Amino acid sequence: MASVGRPEEALGEVLEGSDRREAGASRRVSLTLKIRRYNPELRGQESWWDEFTIEADPDDRLLDALHQVKWYHDGTLALRRSCAHGICGSDAVMVNGQNRLACKVIVRDLVPKVTVEPIRGLPVLKDLIVDMEPFFAGYRSVLPYLINDSGEPTEERRQSPEERRRFDDTTKCILCAACTTSCPIFWGDEEYVGPAAIVNAHRFIYDSRDEAADERLRILSEKTGVFRCRTTFNCTEACPRGIEVTKAIQEVKRAILFERF
Amino acid sequence: MTTIHTYDAVIVGAGGAGLRAAIEASDRVRTAVISKLYPTRSHTGTAQGGVCAALANVEEDYPEWHAFDTVKGGDYLVDQPAAQLMCEEAVEAIYELEHWGLPFNRTPDGRIDQRRFGGHTRNHGEAPVRRACYAADRTGHMILQTLYQQCVKRNVRFFNEFYVLDQLMTDGRCSGVVAYELATGELHVFRARSVLYATGGFGRMFKVSSNAHTLTGDGPAVLYRRGIPLQDMEFFQFHPTGVYKMGILLSEAVRGEGGILLNSEEERFMERYAPTVKDLAPRDLVSRAIFQEIKEGRGVGPNRDAVWLDVRHLPRDVIEEKLPDVTEFARVYLGVEPTTELVPIQPTAHYAMGGIPTDVDGRVVVGEDETPVPGLYSAGECACVSVHGANRLGTNSLLDIVVFGRRGGKHMAGFSMDADLPALPERPEGFVEDLLGGMMNRPEGANAADIRNELQEQMQDLAFVVRSEESLRKMQEILAGLRERYERVYVQDTGKMFNTELMEACELGFLLDCADTLVAAAIARDESRGGHYREDHPLRDDEHWLRHSLAYRQDDGSVRLEFKPVKMGPYVPMERKY
Repeated sequence: MASVGRPEEALGEVLEGSDRREAGASRRVSLTLKIRRYNPELRGQESWWDEFTIEADPDDRLLDALHQVKWYHDGTLALRRSCAHGICGSDAVMVNGQNRLACKVIVRDLVPKVTVEPIRGLPVLKDLIVDMEPFFAGYRSVLPYLINDSGEPTEERRQSPEERRRFDDTTKCILCAACTTSCPIFWGDEEYVGPAAIVNAHRFIYDSRDEAADERLRILSEKTGVFRCRTTFNCTEACPRGIEVTKAIQEVKRAILFERF
Repeated sequence: MTTIHTYDAVIVGAGGAGLRAAIEASDRVRTAVISKLYPTRSHTGTAQGGVCAALANVEEDYPEWHAFDTVKGGDYLVDQPAAQLMCEEAVEAIYELEHWGLPFNRTPDGRIDQRRFGGHTRNHGEAPVRRACYAADRTGHMILQTLYQQCVKRNVRFFNEFYVLDQLMTDGRCSGVVAYELATGELHVFRARSVLYATGGFGRMFKVSSNAHTLTGDGPAVLYRRGIPLQDMEFFQFHPTGVYKMGILLSEAVRGEGGILLNSEEERFMERYAPTVKDLAPRDLVSRAIFQEIKEGRGVGPNRDAVWLDVRHLPRDVIEEKLPDVTEFARVYLGVEPTTELVPIQPTAHYAMGGIPTDVDGRVVVGEDETPVPGLYSAGECACVSVHGANRLGTNSLLDIVVFGRRGGKHMAGFSMDADLPALPERPEGFVEDLLGGMMNRPEGANAADIRNELQEQMQDLAFVVRSEESLRKMQEILAGLRERYERVYVQDTGKMFNTELMEACELGFLLDCADTLVAAAIARDESRGGHYREDHPLRDDEHWLRHSLAYRQDDGSVRLEFKPVKMGPYVPMERKY
């Protein structure tokens, strides 16, 4: 009808020289998902493992595979997700023991089997859904907003490209909690403010337009702050946005110890 | 057990428009924001390219040029006074965001940098103009974060992971909303003097969409069910450059920085369709051009249903500083290295120009004479002012949300300060209880995912970039069948805690309502304008169709259409050439 480009051509047909990749060629692979379940309404405090074997396109995301399980096998499987392309930060999960965003992991890198669990260190509420309140409380505690009481100009405050670059890395944080929930210190003590909160503090401490660096550094020099960090580097490895988290934490430590603000 | 809360102002949705409204209202009246997602998960965060205003930081520019571009870009269905207002307030809106800390990219002398974007020109179409202010290709992320930070600073009250499922009206006045708390399955009634809907779009009715799974037209559907009409639903934007098959957005900024589109002959085909601005033509034009190229056999990929996006010629530092995220999408999801390879793209369902009809203060207005509904407001993508008309220009949406989010928040606060608290209707949670009970108590029935898949595939086939009376009437029949199956939808999960399956089933109902109105309005409009293209009526018909459609729900579930004239202004409709 009002559609174009019907897939009449057979698979494996010789493609034009300009075609680089068989994007769209339909192949199916078998993927077994071993998922850690928890559902107090069904089974009380006991968590358990479920296995589901599905057919998927190797270019699918892990999130698509989880949807398949939920939509066609077990409607009770609970998970958070929204944008499905690594920006909103809803679907942080543990994939084969590593914190990832489910929508950024591709099936072809997982077959034939993958283990999926909720992120660690935050209370599990149901299946892959954890309580994010402690995480956001840590975020709020570092005053994560611009503080400048010097009076606003009528136009923009000036900031050079170099000044802008200084804090670029830490502006990328999507609050997915992959870093904080990969941190062994955080697992041991929920009170530790955690890498993500420090990243969001760093973003303002190093923003030339902000005037409250002192206050934030004071907050982070407390016992629940940056000095809990043991430079384990799990956070940097886990960050789906490629932020150099450990580096940011070390910069904040040095600022507290050596620099005058 | 139902809890009753009382607020002066309730805002539904915590994306850019909702948060901006909350910042405005919470300074003056007791405000609550209800969101089905944690605020920073909202889809505003995925907007990439930029937010525009005639700052003239990089080249000469004026709000009037911006208004002209907006009206022409909207194929003359734009209410011109509203567009002029938005373009004038744009400058202040950008400075305000910057004052709040938004990390815009900067010029060498430290001002907010601006870049070219589709449809934005100097002097009424002379050449592309640098009007889009941006933060790498994460402008939406930075706007969402900045607005949320300001809400944290002000201690705004949030009810996160609460789904608003019904609007309450008492004697024609807004009296509150009913929401489902995801964590507990409990119902909450929010009694309020005013309610503002900022729930975003409904791209998930199509198979290939840039939209999040959660964009299911909640606000429009909830109000539609309570007798509020939906305006201009036939106008949906299909963004030309979505990741092939997946629909993930590759920002127009790529073309703003010099990226070009190529067909199977590696020809820059936009030179033929838009000789002046070429690849920076408005989105509806580019999407139609892509479809035409594919129809004429010059598509690429194994199914010949894509075209190439070429950025191989762009300087490395431009890609790294200005388009880092977009580059990553190509690498992660297509396994393609854009600096050396061509990227397969296809049009993707992106933005709803239509929605809840409002005036420029965000008040919901009904009927041809635009009677305001006391206490009811809307802003952002789910609203229709109309500033985007039949097609939205890139960077105008991030602008829309802050301008009209602010205006709506301001007006609702003022209204609330003078208004008394309306009484609640009898058994306010009744509608929602019955709706949810039906789905939970059916031991078996129709599978929601099957219904949704079929909706998406058929809408993709029959109501996408190219439509016809035949395709749309066929879609209408299919919708009737889907609706009948939906009446029997059931859920496996009968629990109260985090029953996301139940909420997805509700969201499917919202999508069906939005699809009904889209298809009905598309059948009625026998012309082509902006994002609505009819191959059986390929020309624009200004004599009969300079009017907005209003879709009302009848008691039997069918759609009744009314119309109201477009508010004209200094710009006389011309042939839309670029």
